[in-house]
Amino acid sequence: MAFEGLAERLQGTLNKIRGKGKVSEQDVKVMMREVRLALLEADVNFKVVKDFIARVKERAVGSDVFESLTPGQQIIKIVNEELTALMGGEQSKIAVAQKSPTVVMMVGLQGAGKTTTTGKLANHLRKKHNRNPLMVAADIYRPAAIKQLETLGKQLNMPVFSMGDQVSPVEIAKEALAKAKEDHHDYVLIDTAGRLHVDEELMGELDEIKELAKPDEILLVVDAMTGQDAVNVAESFNERLGITGVVLTKLDGDTRGGAALSVKAVTDTPIKFAGMGEKVDQLEPFHPDRMASRILGMGDVLTLIEKAQTNVDEARAKELERKMRTNELTFDDFLEQLGQVRNMGPLDELLNMMPGAGKMKGLKNVQVDDKQIGQIEAIVRSMTKAEKEDPSILNANRRRRIAKGSGTTIQEVNRLIKQFGEMKKMMKQMSGMQQKGKKKKGGLGGMKFPFM
Amino acid sequence: MSFFKKLKEKITTQTDSVTTKFKDGLTKTRDSFVGQMNELVKNYRSVDEEFFEELEDILISADVGVHTVMDLIDELKDEARRRNIKDAKDIQPVISEKLAEMLQKSENESALNMQETMTVILFVGVNGVGKTTTIGKMAHRFKQEGKSVVMAAGDTFRAGAIEQLEVWGERVGVDVIKQQAGSDPAAVMFDAIQAAKSRKADVLLCDTAGRLQNKVNLMNELEKVKRVISREIPDAPHEVLLVLDATTGQNAMSQAKTFSKTTDVSGIVLTKLDGTAKGGIVLAIRNELDIPVKFVGLGEGMDDLQEFEADQYVHGLFADVLQEAEELAEED
Ligand SMILES: Nc1nc2c(ncn2[C@@H]2O[C@H](COP(=O)(O)OP(=O)(O)OP(=O)(O)O)[C@@H](O)[C@H]2O)c(=O)[nH]1
Ligand SMILES: Nc1nc2c(ncn2[C@@H]2O[C@H](COP(=O)(O)OP(=O)(O)OP(=O)(O)O)[C@@H](O)[C@H]2O)c(=O)[nH]1
Ligand SMILES: [Mg+2]
Ligand SMILES: [Mg+2]
Repeated sequence: MAFEGLAERLQGTLNKIRGKGKVSEQDVKVMMREVRLALLEADVNFKVVKDFIARVKERAVGSDVFESLTPGQQIIKIVNEELTALMGGEQSKIAVAQKSPTVVMMVGLQGAGKTTTTGKLANHLRKKHNRNPLMVAADIYRPAAIKQLETLGKQLNMPVFSMGDQVSPVEIAKEALAKAKEDHHDYVLIDTAGRLHVDEELMGELDEIKELAKPDEILLVVDAMTGQDAVNVAESFNERLGITGVVLTKLDGDTRGGAALSVKAVTDTPIKFAGMGEKVDQLEPFHPDRMASRILGMGDVLTLIEKAQTNVDEARAKELERKMRTNELTFDDFLEQLGQVRNMGPLDELLNMMPGAGKMKGLKNVQVDDKQIGQIEAIVRSMTKAEKEDPSILNANRRRRIAKGSGTTIQEVNRLIKQFGEMKKMMKQMSGMQQKGKKKKGGLGGMKFPFM
Repeated sequence: MSFFKKLKEKITTQTDSVTTKFKDGLTKTRDSFVGQMNELVKNYRSVDEEFFEELEDILISADVGVHTVMDLIDELKDEARRRNIKDAKDIQPVISEKLAEMLQKSENESALNMQETMTVILFVGVNGVGKTTTIGKMAHRFKQEGKSVVMAAGDTFRAGAIEQLEVWGERVGVDVIKQQAGSDPAAVMFDAIQAAKSRKADVLLCDTAGRLQNKVNLMNELEKVKRVISREIPDAPHEVLLVLDATTGQNAMSQAKTFSKTTDVSGIVLTKLDGTAKGGIVLAIRNELDIPVKFVGLGEGMDDLQEFEADQYVHGLFADVLQEAEELAEED
């Protein structure tokens, strides 16, 4: 990954400070500069960064950072706490109207993910809340926008209300509400066309829809990759419409997602959901704390751990964890892990969530598809028991034999052995994080940094 | 000839409509950017540390990216020292000079690599950036030049993607080669190439599904699509255009890197410049990866596609500053 996380950034500074004993105010200044750069690289708006740094600095100067033996830890703690506070608590709830139906309006820039999210929300409401939503195709401008929503409706087997593209969106909203009442839908989800926040005419149209439909919830859909402009967009939509929440989409990418912070800072409305893929079931509650560590470049450790926990059997996990910690992992465990990792989802996505995974050269290019897993299996199966348990005995002769036995090349065998080494290292690191997380909740969210 | 004079001459020789359109599109961009620049000059009469800090903020707010901004500021500081510039207004031309230099390294960079026979252009990029819309606009453009165009509906995944391209096909009067939703995009490309060949089309525009660059499987799929095209026509695709959304922040760099690795991107289309986002990341991309911007998207209509002109882009950003500088020059 192109970005350096805050931990890595501070590490450099701290190496210089270390040995000096005490940390001076000048050192804090240098560290603040690193924090600033980390946030800017993560696309947090520069004005938001400025305010933020001022707050952190104030706290740092007033606290015992200067006396601390672990100043980096202190700074990260403060940054993380401030960031988490700014992001707010978790609020993945959707409004419920006193009188049915609850009306939800989706708004945002072109291509942000409104239509897709409309489908996802409908699915979410039905599955998690046992609701019966009606989706409304009120984008009459984009080519095939109606067809897109209808296709999603078909996939979900849920109704979509449309009147073609020759009727005004306001009229469509009106008819849709009548229809929803008639058919006893308890939710109405209005998909509107993408528009620029500076487009007076189209922003006025949203006003009118709002006036008429009196939505209980106006969700601003924001692309997680948005840069500095996120502030202007969110501010304009909010001032104009009074949004009630935000959905951050495309968080399955490798963006740091600093826009989350910008949007939160200027609108002070909760980010309620995260779009984690193109499919209708890939909508997740938004976790502000995790977002904070993601912005700081510490990997989405918590998500990863959660995923792992839902997939791994407890006792076996304990045993593995012990092995990881003590570095006793064998090739057999490796195979088993691979299998489990495969159950968690595409490996490349998992790797993206791991802190520092981007830095491990060997790992960055591991792309495990079924074919490759087959190959890895073949290689491991060609090893003797002793070799599986202690890879250090794998000399050139043995490697050649294994290559032959598995029908692979010696390079492929070498690569696997190397990757195994990297994985072991990483597992050890991760198990450390998990342990710490268990012992002490909150604070740093159980994260472990190289200099702690 | 001074930099400004050169710039001005260049712009006035362009057809007026193009310039106007471009300028209109960039008005909002410019207003905020230049407004800040003017503030900057007003507030800081002298070129000092504070001036550069403020300039840094302006560039960062345009999504230029921290690294590039730092480099740029360092160069400007050197330049200011070398030319002994003390007054803020004197540094302005240096700034736009540097930016234009960075964006355009030679003439005609934005021209497409057109072939005598059929030209195949592949469009790639992450989700929702404007690939399909850009294809529609470009088809319209080629049609107007009297070329025969075929479009390939290579996004078989997203709901309504094929229909979206078909609407564009009807709108601009161009045939769309498609298969069913869910079919293999590489197979669609194969079909499209055969169809375009037999129709003796001048241009084949290939749509692909949006994909985030960290999805290895999807990137592999894209590689395969490209491979199939190259197998059918050895030096095709003749252009691989990466579509970037001007609203995107630093992630655009990662997009450019990964898509380049997979598909050997030959140029960038920067869309949605009609908003307030500035798309400054293209400066960093140019700097690091040397990929030129070839087109800009300035709206959702079929005419809202313009060839990229670095001078105009910079001019658009600094129009007011230029004017001010000229007026000052006249007063002298
Ligand atoms: N990877 C990923 N893609 C997403 C996500 N949400 C939406 N998309 C994709 O982003 C693209 C744009 O999504 P749409 O739902 O069409 O966006 P929209 O806001 O309705 O667009 P307009 O109506 O044109 O303004 C599509 O390719 C979607 O599949 C997400 O969470 N992750
Ligand atoms: N304002 C503005 N909107 C644009 C521009 N280019 C495209 N759009 C809009 O952006 C949205 C997404 O455009 P698409 O062409 O569907 O994007 P795509 O990259 O094909 O999307 P996927 O196929 O879903 O990945 C649509 O609403 C377009 O009308 C532009 O230059 N300016
Ligand atoms: Mg839509
Ligand atoms: Mg498309």
